[in-house]
Amino acid sequence: MAIRAFLGLMILLLFSSTISTALFEDQVGLADWHQKYIGKVKHAVFHTQKTGRKRVVVSTEENVVASLDLRTGDIFWRHVLGKIDRIDQVEIVLGKYVVTLSSGGGILRAWNLPDGQMIWESILQVSASSKSLLYVSANMNVGKDNLILVFGGSLIHALSSTDGQIVWRKELSTNSLEIQQVFQPHDSDTIYALGFIGSSEFVAYYVNYKTGEVLEQSKASFESGFCGEASLVSDDVVVALDASRTYLVSISFRNGVINFHQMYIPELIPEFSGKATLLPSMHNGILAVDIASTIVMLRVKGVNELKIIEKINHPSAISDALPLSKEQQAFAILQHDESRIHYKVKFDTDLTSEIVWSREDGLASIVDSTTSELPVEKEGVSVAEVEHSLFEWLKGHFLKLKGTLMLANPDEVAAIQAIRLKSFEKNKMTRDHNGFRKLIIVLTRAGKVLALHTGDGRVVWSVLLPVLRKSETCGNPFALNVYQWQVPHHHAMHENPSVVVVGRCGHNFDAPGILSIIDSYTGKVHNSLVLEHSVRHIMPLPFTDSTEQHLHIVIDDNLHAHLYPKTSDSVKIFIDEMPNIYWYSVEVGKNIIKGYSLELKGELDMAENDFQPKELWSIVFPSASEKIALTATRKMNEIVHTQAKIIADQDVMYKYISKNILFVATVAPKAAGEIGSVTPEEAWLYAYLIDTVSGRILHRVSHQGAQGPIHAVMSENWVVYHYFNLRAHRYEMSVIEIYDQSREDNKDVWKLVLGKHNLTAPISTYSKPEVTVKSQSYFFTHSVKSMAVTATAKGITSKQLLIGTIGDQVLALDKRFLDPRRSVNPTQSEKEEGIIPLTDSLPIVPQSFVTHALQVEGLRGIVTTPAKLESTSLVFSYGVDLFFTRIAPSRTYDSLTEDFSYALLLLTIVALVAALLVTWALSEKKELREKWR
Amino acid sequence: MGEGWCRGRSLALFALVILLPIWIARGFRSDELLQDDEEFGLEGGRPAADPELPTNPFRPPIRRKPDLDLPSGSADSKSVQFSLEHNLGASEFSPAGTFTARLKSWSHGGQTLTKLRFSRNALTEEEKGAFERLLKEDGHYTIRVPSNVLNPSGEDYVVSSVRARCIPRESLDEHFVIHTDGVNIIAVNYGSAGACQYPRLLRYPAKWSFTSYTVLKNSEQAPRTPTFAEELLAGEDGLGEGVKPPEKSFWAKYWMPSLPAGSNYFYYYCCEKKIDRWLHHMPECCPKEALALFLLC
Repeated sequence: MAIRAFLGLMILLLFSSTISTALFEDQVGLADWHQKYIGKVKHAVFHTQKTGRKRVVVSTEENVVASLDLRTGDIFWRHVLGKIDRIDQVEIVLGKYVVTLSSGGGILRAWNLPDGQMIWESILQVSASSKSLLYVSANMNVGKDNLILVFGGSLIHALSSTDGQIVWRKELSTNSLEIQQVFQPHDSDTIYALGFIGSSEFVAYYVNYKTGEVLEQSKASFESGFCGEASLVSDDVVVALDASRTYLVSISFRNGVINFHQMYIPELIPEFSGKATLLPSMHNGILAVDIASTIVMLRVKGVNELKIIEKINHPSAISDALPLSKEQQAFAILQHDESRIHYKVKFDTDLTSEIVWSREDGLASIVDSTTSELPVEKEGVSVAEVEHSLFEWLKGHFLKLKGTLMLANPDEVAAIQAIRLKSFEKNKMTRDHNGFRKLIIVLTRAGKVLALHTGDGRVVWSVLLPVLRKSETCGNPFALNVYQWQVPHHHAMHENPSVVVVGRCGHNFDAPGILSIIDSYTGKVHNSLVLEHSVRHIMPLPFTDSTEQHLHIVIDDNLHAHLYPKTSDSVKIFIDEMPNIYWYSVEVGKNIIKGYSLELKGELDMAENDFQPKELWSIVFPSASEKIALTATRKMNEIVHTQAKIIADQDVMYKYISKNILFVATVAPKAAGEIGSVTPEEAWLYAYLIDTVSGRILHRVSHQGAQGPIHAVMSENWVVYHYFNLRAHRYEMSVIEIYDQSREDNKDVWKLVLGKHNLTAPISTYSKPEVTVKSQSYFFTHSVKSMAVTATAKGITSKQLLIGTIGDQVLALDKRFLDPRRSVNPTQSEKEEGIIPLTDSLPIVPQSFVTHALQVEGLRGIVTTPAKLESTSLVFSYGVDLFFTRIAPSRTYDSLTEDFSYALLLLTIVALVAALLVTWALSEKKELREKWR
Repeated sequence: MGEGWCRGRSLALFALVILLPIWIARGFRSDELLQDDEEFGLEGGRPAADPELPTNPFRPPIRRKPDLDLPSGSADSKSVQFSLEHNLGASEFSPAGTFTARLKSWSHGGQTLTKLRFSRNALTEEEKGAFERLLKEDGHYTIRVPSNVLNPSGEDYVVSSVRARCIPRESLDEHFVIHTDGVNIIAVNYGSAGACQYPRLLRYPAKWSFTSYTVLKNSEQAPRTPTFAEELLAGEDGLGEGVKPPEKSFWAKYWMPSLPAGSNYFYYYCCEKKIDRWLHHMPECCPKEALALFLLC
């Protein structure tokens, strides 16, 4: 009896733990973490009032305008502007507004400095090609109507700082004027605007600040021409570079009289060769010139006297000058030194400095990521640690029990929440049974590699790759991808896994490639090399050599393949497998997809290990009617549990499962632009399913009146793609599922019993494919930034689509909603199978946002990784922000939830045993009494 | 009455048996009308916007003899020719056959290819030798056709390959699926006419000539996204209610889960208790097919 009751209770507990799908408020932060970043800073304005909080307002390469606490580096507020709305300049006006100029001088916005609310926005008419400049007068007074000036080409707009209204507008010249410098001498109503007309004429305008009236203008031409850079060194001298970038031209413009004086740079700096670049103005009579990896600081005295103050070798960055007081100025220099960064602050007079705070803002520009398992827990953990954790464990559970029984006071509730958030378990640096703890290894645009712990998102290690830094051999390096290089299974206790980072020395395909191998646990760079050939594609192969290094093929610009690692062992494995290796390349510009195999002509040179391509197939899209918009493939490491799909009435369909399917979407060339740029008759979209081994088109379908942007995700035997339907004026999502008909006959049980089936026969892609396709389209309300699909360890759990919405959130949508077999009135058996009645649009359930209330600003990618626990998938989404969580598409059917109260269970058992004893004693007593009667 | 009905039914069946071949024969005659009948459209292709058809309908393959007369061009259609070239492992492609199609101009300005015919050149001794070499080394047999049929001198070719060992059967059986968009060929799916066994065994054809099957394919149009406010309303009125499929019997529904239970039954009742009787004479209760299960115990 008691056992039955206990079992009942157990079952009840089990059920109660799996009922909820959405997150409760107190579960936020248990399995997920969110980190906010701003990106690499382009421009900073300091706001240091005597009273109140000290701030710095920055604009970044990720198009963020943010206000940071100057003491701690925390973000007060930030705004991510759209991709097409690049921030050009930031200023602080009147000490209470932040003014941003963006879209090439087209949009001026004012934000409230304390809280970041937008105050006003003005749209200005400017020519797109010209450089724009924002000028805010330094001596503005509160109360007066102060003006903000925007120079764009030959136009000046003056806007009121209180409401953004245009006060006056002036066109200075009809010619191609580029204003370079604007300044206002102290206590005057005149603005000096200096610039170039064409390439050889210098011009200075004196404009009335209040009315826009041109008071005076002076022009002078310089016969050898200017390159378009100028730096203001004092109130009446500007230094420019000539067209050949070998002469410094100092221009004085005092009282409307323009004088040129040119100096040959090699005379000043003997080691100079090549071309010079002027760095942003230092003003205080100091000029900074960048000459081939050296920055030279020059002091300008008068028009024709320049003196070298300092030479800085191999700097990476140099800051603008920051006025400390009326006389003093400071600027900072960054220098790389192997794996460290030197940060120097220079003053006019000597002062000491130290770093107060630093932010890891490279994480706002992740280009690729991979995951790595943590080390296996080793024997010999100290006893003290165990005791400590045991005590903690007991204490924690006692508190939890109190919480469950509603006995805890508010302090204890807070303590429970703190324990849950700072769970010792989830932040351990060892592998766990469920596979939730991993390292996410991310590669940033600047070439920095960081390892993040999935427990709390902390940076375990970071390394700035020296090979991805500008050098003589590698002019313009940038990082491309990161892949698993070595995953030790046999020697997991002694050897560390490693990852390989692939980069390229320049944006052209023919630039030499870069490989760097990094230890996944420590971040130590094992090996890095600049390759002799270029990197066009890199393909990880499903083979490993004897040291468990993954084989990789690098395809260079001539389509030759190079094998890595270059060991005789790996070459032997590769040559054995070569007849079965096929690859393809998508040439978007030419509208061609080509398939290749590899062949070896002549003897193999081990140093070169160069394999030639052999073209096997090609698909040529007609350029007049189609343009490749997107390709998508299945994930290489995806696991499919079963090929058979049991449908209603106990019938079976066989999924066409091939790792070589490529989804290609092409659009009408006319309709490649923005939505609404063409009529529905002129727009169409073709969807292709292509076998990349044989080059067969398995399926081709057209969507009339459809337009990009297209996003697609492919998994198992289906592809889901998202596009805009011009006829319906809505976004749409289509699904294509592909089934194998050659296995259709295997439904007869007797065939299976007697072995007369072809289920174990190998499939050849050279056979004529017998496939059938099911497809359906549904309307979807949101536009999409990124799409992904959940991945689980064994592929049993049903799938969810993860959709990065325009609001920078991640929505989990059950794949069942995108089933092509949905019908208006599903039969009873179809309902039992789980087919949802057909609706014309896909539902957006607010509870199914995996990012719950958070936003992953500037969302760019969603990565899913299977956990060891079959029900669970790890989701990492990145953009300017990072967000990590784990989701269970079919709920956690294979484990108890983390907040399962073991103490309550224990208590229940104890209570039951006690009750058992009491009732037993009572019944004994009763029996005895019965007998005595 | 029952017998009369029965006779009537057999008469109808007889009539059906007689009439069906005639009807089929009539159906076949339409194939002969190919040159005039524009409605027939693409060979092996299928009308667009017909989602009911399976993707890969196995139409009777159209095999054309090389000496077949070319169709004479009509007012709105003209004949175009383009050549098939092949590569037998050498570096250069050489002509291997000719495709002939009719170019149909539509009133809205588009042009499409219809009625594809193919004539293969006979293999020369040299080519035969090269093909044998390909078979031996399990190499790729590669073909190509120009991507633009009207302007075949263009540089873009649509290439396709297959392992040479997939082709030989009785003769060399090949199957072309040509995907077109107007007058452009997007891709050629080239391969064996049926399955290609793996591992591929070295096998020579009995006859060194090609048997070619060609199919022309145009793109199909996606079904329109369902927008059915009216259908839902109709469903509420009870008009749009679909015909319910006949409810399946208990056995038809649950035969699979009942299988282990059934075998257990056999084990206990047939095998254990009545095993002696089984050995002497077949029991009436157990079906003959149960012998396999009996052998298992």
